[in-house]
Amino acid sequence: MTATLPRIVPAGLDGLIVRFGDILSEPANRAALAYRAAFDAEGVDGVAETATSLVSTFVRFAPGADPDAVQARAATLMDSRDWTEAALPSGRRLVRVPTLYGTDRAPQLAAAAEAAGLSEADAVTSLSSARLRVTAIGFAPGQPYLGTLGEEWDIPRLTDLAQVPAAALVVAVRQLVLFAQASPTGWRHVGQTRLQLFRPEADTPFVLRPGDEVTFASISENAFDDLPDGPDGGAEWEDIA
Amino acid sequence: MSARLKIVRAGPQVTVQDLGRTGYVAFGLSRGGAADRLALYEGAALLGQDSWLAALEMAGAGGVFEATADIRIAFTGAPMTASLDGKALTWPGSHDMPAGSRLEIGAARRGTYGYLHVGGGIDVPVILGARSAHLAGGLGAALDAGTELPVGEDPGGPTGRTLPADDRFSGGEVRVVPSVQTDFFPEETRDRLVRTAFEKDPRANRMSARMRFEGDGFGVEGGLSVVSEVIVPGDIQVTGDGVPVVLLAESQTTGGYPRIGTVIHSDVARVAQAQPGAPLRFRFVTAEEGRGAEAKAAEARAALPKRITTLVRDPADMADLLSYNLVGGVTRGDDI
Repeated sequence: MTATLPRIVPAGLDGLIVRFGDILSEPANRAALAYRAAFDAEGVDGVAETATSLVSTFVRFAPGADPDAVQARAATLMDSRDWTEAALPSGRRLVRVPTLYGTDRAPQLAAAAEAAGLSEADAVTSLSSARLRVTAIGFAPGQPYLGTLGEEWDIPRLTDLAQVPAAALVVAVRQLVLFAQASPTGWRHVGQTRLQLFRPEADTPFVLRPGDEVTFASISENAFDDLPDGPDGGAEWEDIA
Repeated sequence: MSARLKIVRAGPQVTVQDLGRTGYVAFGLSRGGAADRLALYEGAALLGQDSWLAALEMAGAGGVFEATADIRIAFTGAPMTASLDGKALTWPGSHDMPAGSRLEIGAARRGTYGYLHVGGGIDVPVILGARSAHLAGGLGAALDAGTELPVGEDPGGPTGRTLPADDRFSGGEVRVVPSVQTDFFPEETRDRLVRTAFEKDPRANRMSARMRFEGDGFGVEGGLSVVSEVIVPGDIQVTGDGVPVVLLAESQTTGGYPRIGTVIHSDVARVAQAQPGAPLRFRFVTAEEGRGAEAKAAEARAALPKRITTLVRDPADMADLLSYNLVGGVTRGDDI
């Protein structure tokens, strides 16, 4: 398919999607985040909610809205500038998440390192020094997709699924995912954290937002066992924009 | 003390459901709520109460229930066998359930999801704006025997009411509008989708319903490299093996399988309710036709209270038969 980008496509009768890329790329992800923030700031009538996925922005119509009017506003904003050149929106945070790599709590580190052509030590250095962006939240409530790792981490998902616990850090296709809940997955379990991502009864039920940045600093097994009790699991927040 | 509804025996999946949560797509939480939303509006109409109140959704079969005080109840959705202290009850319908009586709800005769409503609603705590269990999202759970559920304050009202039976419990034709990747599929594949006689696959739940069919799959070249985008309820995604899967109330919020179209909201219940093996067909309509159909469905929901009729009792149960006017079939409406 060779349609132009960006473009607007229908999402059933519920809403529309403004698509900035046909594959995952940093500029397309940044465009989706920036466009959503700008669209929200316009306060368009007839919009129930907005969201981003990896390379697109979703606009859901409110009941009774005039979909053509909302789409016209979305198109005007889309055409108003080159969104792949836009800066990331404000209100983003840097979150540092203490992470235990390997051991029997994250048993696929060795296999993942081998698939990436790295020693285990180099794999830990690579992952723990990366500063990654929450490119999307999905699959489970509050669960982030984080990108983008170097080319060496372009390792495939496994077809044999393994069960991982909540707060597991997994890797595949140049991305990390931090699991919100225990789940089967074909991504490789390389690290374990204590960060509870979905807190249904808290004032802030969802800890991370698209556009936030996250690091997964390596800590020892002893330090992991000594992490303070509570849902933050030793994570620290800092406003960056 | 307010009434409580006790689950003495639970069917395979009894959950608290309402119209779900909106506004959390950006955080990965889909709307959820009842698999058959119309059933909630029907229950609200039967009991004369708000459609946002929560009810029990029962997949496949119900269970055995008791109330700690006199309550009003109503049945909607997939018709199930139901009896109170051994006496058969009409489905759909509203009834009185005296304290200590035993309500037995058996297997669905047609369809999948039956609903037990109570006057005042099931009053479990509101979390993120709703009471519904979202099993895939880790909110709430299927209820076990021994659970006692708080019942909300019921201002009261008539019982012994019913609604005309609906035909959404046996599959049939569902209308589809274009969606995120419809133009990704060649015209031949879209034509074949509407010509194919599908059956509901047994692999179905509150998240999705898989289709069963004969012949070639509906996969599309490059389909597996589609980048994940937002899912809306009713989306028909085509998985790696070429099988169409209709995404339902509790689907994920984003998905990387291409979507050939979206079942319009007012037909999603027909997919969710179909039993395994029930026939299903897809028909593409334009967005304009789809909106027209949704507007008509909204009018029909609003008109539900006008369609309620008084249940005709079995004369054998009427000890005071001679006091009834049997000639015209007309009663005041609240006297039986």
